[in-house]
Amino acid sequence: MRWNSDPLLLVENLTMRFGGLIAVNKLSFQVGRGDITALIGPNGAGKTTVFNCVTGFYKPTEGRLALAREGIAVPEEVAALTRSPMRSAKSAKGDVYLLERMAGNQITFKARVARTFQNIRLFQGMTVLENLMVAQHNRLMIASGLTFLGLVGAPSYRSAEREAIERAKYWLEKIGLTDRADDPAGELPYGAQRRLEIARAMCTDPVLLCLDEPAAGLNPRESLELNTLLNMIRDVHKVSILLIEHDMSVVMQISDHVVVLDYGTKISDGTPTEVRNDPKVIAAYLGVADEEELAEVEAEIGA
Amino acid sequence: MAIAAASSSHADETSGIADRVKESVYAGLLTLVLCIPIVLFHAEANQNDGTLELLWRPVAVAVLVVLAFAGRFAVLTFKAAPKRERAVAVAKPASSGLTALLTWGGLGFLLLFPPILVVTLGSSGSLKWIDSYGIQILIYVMLGWGLNIVVGLAGLLDLGYVAFYAVGAYSYTLLATTFHLSFWICLPIAGILAACWGMILGFPVLRLRGDYLAIVTLAFGEIIRTILINWTAFSGGSAGISSIPKITFFGLVFADRPGSFDDFFGMEYSPIHGKVFLYYVILALALLTNLVTLRLRRLPIGRAWEALREDEIACRSLGVNTTNTKLTAFALGAFFGGLAGSFFAVRQGFVSPESFTFNESATILAIVVLGGMGSQIGVALAAVALIGGFEMLRELTFLKAIMAQVFGMDDFDPTQYRGLLFGLAMVVMMVLRPRGFVSTRAPSIFLKERKSVSGDLVKEGHG
Repeated sequence: MRWNSDPLLLVENLTMRFGGLIAVNKLSFQVGRGDITALIGPNGAGKTTVFNCVTGFYKPTEGRLALAREGIAVPEEVAALTRSPMRSAKSAKGDVYLLERMAGNQITFKARVARTFQNIRLFQGMTVLENLMVAQHNRLMIASGLTFLGLVGAPSYRSAEREAIERAKYWLEKIGLTDRADDPAGELPYGAQRRLEIARAMCTDPVLLCLDEPAAGLNPRESLELNTLLNMIRDVHKVSILLIEHDMSVVMQISDHVVVLDYGTKISDGTPTEVRNDPKVIAAYLGVADEEELAEVEAEIGA
Repeated sequence: MAIAAASSSHADETSGIADRVKESVYAGLLTLVLCIPIVLFHAEANQNDGTLELLWRPVAVAVLVVLAFAGRFAVLTFKAAPKRERAVAVAKPASSGLTALLTWGGLGFLLLFPPILVVTLGSSGSLKWIDSYGIQILIYVMLGWGLNIVVGLAGLLDLGYVAFYAVGAYSYTLLATTFHLSFWICLPIAGILAACWGMILGFPVLRLRGDYLAIVTLAFGEIIRTILINWTAFSGGSAGISSIPKITFFGLVFADRPGSFDDFFGMEYSPIHGKVFLYYVILALALLTNLVTLRLRRLPIGRAWEALREDEIACRSLGVNTTNTKLTAFALGAFFGGLAGSFFAVRQGFVSPESFTFNESATILAIVVLGGMGSQIGVALAAVALIGGFEMLRELTFLKAIMAQVFGMDDFDPTQYRGLLFGLAMVVMMVLRPRGFVSTRAPSIFLKERKSVSGDLVKEGHG
């Protein structure tokens, strides 16, 4: 129940309207620090919209997205920050960021939320290593004195670059692509591209990693490797993960907390076991109404 | 066995030829059909009474049909042949040796170009070659490299690059004529002013992509030119500004009078000295552009430009500030355009809005596209081919004589066919090498081995 006792991200009353269409309606949930949280729901439930709001690609119509990067979010402090025109506040208890007020690149840079995309968005014409270097842009940009120190080849920049390469090498080893570091990202097989996108997001040094369908299109073996990788990211790097997933075996195996959306509203929230037994979830997924069928379906999915 | 194989391959070849002939005949027939309404009938006014006369031109039609047939046959033969070679070419490793040879050989040639010419052709004979070939081509090499930052690296299609060239040229002109500042002080100021205009253009177009970006930048180029034409009090209008101060060598002018460069070094006056100096100035400026670009490509900002070209959304998700990244690309491209413009003004001694038409933007963009977007060597080669080619047309006086002698065309002028040849060259290039002379991308960093990235994977940018 870490999402109640030590939340990293608090989503409150999130509403996203596109003209007359309400994609997300008064959604509230919390992401626990150190948890793997799965956001599931049928097609068109608004999962990716929530992601786009959290990572700054959409400005939410209404609602608050508070991220306690370090320490804990004290409700009074969050409320005070909301009343002020500021984007973030630091206090003895921790620092809080209001993501709905920040631009996308600032969310990654300052609040340290990284994401991947449903349809892989690698820099295909750049090599695997270059992809990981672009992910460390802000750190290297500061080290290069906004390019000027780098232009004259200052030693401080060189050491920062070496460090960045080491970090890239570390992640290449973790995703098993060390041998392909100098190949263009577009030439990698599909599964490797998915892994590389996760590694690239991790190179931004995030506290929250948002993965949009990371297991889509993977074969069972790759899917298993993905589980290992995600568990490693959570346990070794202490990064919390928020993921959208359709593959229920992945969701049930690795997530600590599951939030179920349907038509833009939350219909269930809890541990995987709780959610699996929730009749509302089963109904939303399979569209069954009567009890008999429900029992059949439950038996099928092993509830 | 061997005989069977040989005969079968022979059969393949003959059937290939038959197919090719068949297709070429179709091409010829198509040309015939098209030519009947367009070429065959020709109405011309009678010289005596002005009445229209219908002329028949069957010979011209026949020539065109034969040309189409032969051309199609040649293309098909050419296409059929290199298949085997291509398979071998793939297996070969990346030719980094060739690139190094081109780079260092080219650099050595550029440095020795004026002395070699002066020695071989004498000082008056080499003047034309240094001025209209050397300097002229190097200006476009520099402009191509400057635009390459914006279009090739950052993937932002800029159709108004000539505006920055104009800003640079007028900056030097006005600073020099009004405040009597020297070229060497005005040069960086002109660059900075152009960079400011790059930012001014950059801000409104930050959200635009593709076609929309192209149209706005095109309009920006026209706005600058229109202002220069109409704001007479400021820029002298379409009459332009003449008698711009010439370039100096540490305060020494190049002229036939006491206290000049020639006088100071005890040499007899010759206009070639000034030209050679100008040549080395533009060479240094162009190499500076190249050096800065090559260096920036390996820095985070350069990688961010290329990442922006590949995928802007992914860039934002990685915390790259796309606004600043785009603005720096515009500003830096404009900066080098401004330097080149400033040089243009000091070389020409006269500026007018005539020199900064859309045609110039199109030529510079063509150099970048023809060279292979993002490739420094490709852009340099394209500038040599394009600008050198245009200048070469002036040399074709023998063609003029032939046309006058054989066809009785007294007013034949090869330079008039510039546009036609340019268009033809572009079409041929886009068919044979759609990604330009250099179609591969060299990675900015590597762990074990520098492998060039195939052009098929590299995006062109969407604005």
